[in-house]
Amino acid sequence: MNPIIQLTREPLKRDELVAAVSDPTVGGIVVFEGVVRNHARGKQVRYLEYEVYEEMAYPQIQQIIQEASKRWGVDRIAVAHRFGRLEIGEASVIIVVASPHRAEAFEACRYIIDTLKTTVPIWKKEVATDGEAWVEG
Amino acid sequence: MKIRIRYFASLREVTGQNEETLTVPEGSTIANIRTLLLDHYPPLRPILERCLCAVNRAYVQPETELHEGDELVFIPPMGGGQPRRKHV
Repeated sequence: MNPIIQLTREPLKRDELVAAVSDPTVGGIVVFEGVVRNHARGKQVRYLEYEVYEEMAYPQIQQIIQEASKRWGVDRIAVAHRFGRLEIGEASVIIVVASPHRAEAFEACRYIIDTLKTTVPIWKKEVATDGEAWVEG
Repeated sequence: MKIRIRYFASLREVTGQNEETLTVPEGSTIANIRTLLLDHYPPLRPILERCLCAVNRAYVQPETELHEGDELVFIPPMGGGQPRRKHV
């Protein structure tokens, strides 16, 4: 299947993403969901603001998915990232990988989220009780 | 020649705009534009020192030469979280 890539201001829909990659050939589905945490670096976080360079983020995510497919032979993948203001507990990113066996799905999912975080132009600003700052690395 | 430069995250806040079109000499490199930006916006220095660069939506090296109509973006570090250490 063609991978699903979503960049959206709307709340992410985990169930729809899981349904989209499901298939009778699938024996395992791994879901990674990144959610907004209420603390960071000793600060009390109020909310996060995500910003994305959409025209570049799409092809970058496509590239990461292609690489994961090549390495682990998985081809049922969905990647969704939200941007704009996100409240504590809301999902900022969801990666879903489905494959006949679980090992490949775990590996591919971990590779996708780790690579996405370092190469896809999406930034987050932490708005804490005592100020705000763009988070770097 | 004209190039389009787009600003995101901390760069957008410091420059106070989403993008601008610059007229620069033929053969200008990204490094030249960086110098130009530091003249216009001195507070960008600590940010630009940590930026990667992208031309037409792909990562490139700072010595890359620009062409008419190119879209240049300085990419500040992303909030990468804490991935695992490399393992074999």
